[in-house]
Amino acid sequence: MVVVKSVPSPAISADERSHEVDHPSSLVARFGADQPLRLDCGVDLSPFQIAYQTYGELNADRSNVILICHALTLDQHVANVHPLTGKPGWWEIMVGPGRPLDTDKYFIVCSNVIGGCMGSTGPASTNPATGKVWGLDFPIITIPDMVRAQAMLLDRLGIETLLCVVGGSMGGMQVLQWTAAYPHRVFSALPTACSTRHSAQNIAFHELGRQAVMADPDWHGGRYVDQGTHPHRGLAVARMAGHITYLSDAALHRKFGRRMQDRELPTFSFDADFQVESYLRYQGSSFVERFDANTYLYLTRAMDYFDIAADHGGVLAKAFTDIKTRFCVVSFTSDWLFPTSESRALVHALNASSARVSFAEIETDRGHDAFLLDVPEFFDISRAFLQSAGKARGLTAKGG
Amino acid sequence: MSVQEVLPLNGAAKEQSGQFRADHLLVAEMVKPGSRVLDVGCGEGDLLQLLETRGIDGRGIELSREGVNRCVAKGLAVVQGDADTDLVNYPDDAFDYVILSQTLQATRQPKVVLENLLRIGHRAIVSFPNFGFWKMRLQLLIGGHMPRTENLPATWYDTANIHFCTIKDFVQLCDEINVKMERAVALDLYGRPVPLNLPWWVWNMFGEQGVFLLSRGGGK
Repeated sequence: MVVVKSVPSPAISADERSHEVDHPSSLVARFGADQPLRLDCGVDLSPFQIAYQTYGELNADRSNVILICHALTLDQHVANVHPLTGKPGWWEIMVGPGRPLDTDKYFIVCSNVIGGCMGSTGPASTNPATGKVWGLDFPIITIPDMVRAQAMLLDRLGIETLLCVVGGSMGGMQVLQWTAAYPHRVFSALPTACSTRHSAQNIAFHELGRQAVMADPDWHGGRYVDQGTHPHRGLAVARMAGHITYLSDAALHRKFGRRMQDRELPTFSFDADFQVESYLRYQGSSFVERFDANTYLYLTRAMDYFDIAADHGGVLAKAFTDIKTRFCVVSFTSDWLFPTSESRALVHALNASSARVSFAEIETDRGHDAFLLDVPEFFDISRAFLQSAGKARGLTAKGG
Repeated sequence: MSVQEVLPLNGAAKEQSGQFRADHLLVAEMVKPGSRVLDVGCGEGDLLQLLETRGIDGRGIELSREGVNRCVAKGLAVVQGDADTDLVNYPDDAFDYVILSQTLQATRQPKVVLENLLRIGHRAIVSFPNFGFWKMRLQLLIGGHMPRTENLPATWYDTANIHFCTIKDFVQLCDEINVKMERAVALDLYGRPVPLNLPWWVWNMFGEQGVFLLSRGGGK
């Protein structure tokens, strides 16, 4: 029987977390006053930094680059031990030698999004103008802002075009934004478990999470660092609510059913009698150790504002007019956060633009999180799509 | 004694040329190199693969999830979709050819599908099993039951083919909706073309399937 302990893992101190924000244990690109990041809200952010990781080797003609865009609470530590949690990279199942995103063939780049809390400038970073943490003084960022910052990073790295941009969920939104904003720089795109706009239901869930954070007295109007606190209760509730949306009824039932946690009978209390409660509490408490509460507010907001069609006169197909990028759109049957119908709407728009598009819906009961899990059909499709893109690009296998 | 036992059935194997099916080779031959093709009901992508070897830019639509995923895993550009409901989402003149291979009889609205094929593509290539094939007729006439053949083995109650037609029926439909037949080929049970100089009724009798290259007719 699966028993999930409600005891949190060894605590990550607030100091460790805040050190990682300004001095990440990954590569960093710093952009000075001469290179501001123009944000959608009208602010020029400067100076700023982008923390990133790379895997594999860049080939001579720089044609083997894959950019991974990460999801809401993930980061650039795709395939290495996480500096805070000590856990394996979040996509090691997908990225590595011989894996679908084969580090023997491709040069893989992943950066922490602008507004993130793992080394790229965001609300948890120190504002150089005040010497204090930005907090809510940080400007609102959007998905297009994230992509603009990534484009500046690639310029810095001397990379003009990407063999592929890959990402799920919020990462998938960035993939789509890449193709809409920089079609000539994106040879192929693999958006997974995502949508061209955030639905009302998804905005509603995000608002629930934000309200939970802001209702925590330890939030202090966003100035919790000055007060020496962290709204861990509110952020944990936000994470619990979010986590439910990443799973599915069937997956929860299969994993936990109505089984009790370390007991035979109900305690007639509000203790975590059920395994599913214990699991959620664990998810909440482990999340708050590694993630910043204000960052959660900012990144959920960025997703809420995302709507590609709105930026193109309300007609989605116009975002992809005459696009040469090859697309592979993937959805999962049990994903109710970004259901297949939304991927299908994207595919219709791409068809209307005569784009070269593949679309596969993968049967799984694991919900939205399926793109992060061991789903062999998804690996096969990703591998084949990248291989055919590489072939079309004239990429030859390393060493032969 | 059943009809199957009476008739000299010669096995189901269609004539193969290398790894490709005879009807696929015939279709591929009808497509001009370098053109853009949409294969509606592309199955596991065999025809698309054949077309790609000839430098044709091919896309596919397939109803079954398994079929789509196998196609994508082969590197083909295929989307999950239904000929009856999803063709309307494609713009006019998006392709040089739209192919509907052995699928027309399984659509709910063959006439609407056919019209859509020639709206999306400048030309359409349609192949379908001929219900006027002599074995079909014989089974119904003598056996008194719904025909089943090597290529159409399903019983009446579990077949996906809800709109069977004969070559004659199809030609009539093309006339009715003002579709021009540029080329018509009937293939026998072994995938060999029925000789060209024979009259229509022979085709309708001895063609196991019909393959038609169609274009939009002039104003009527």
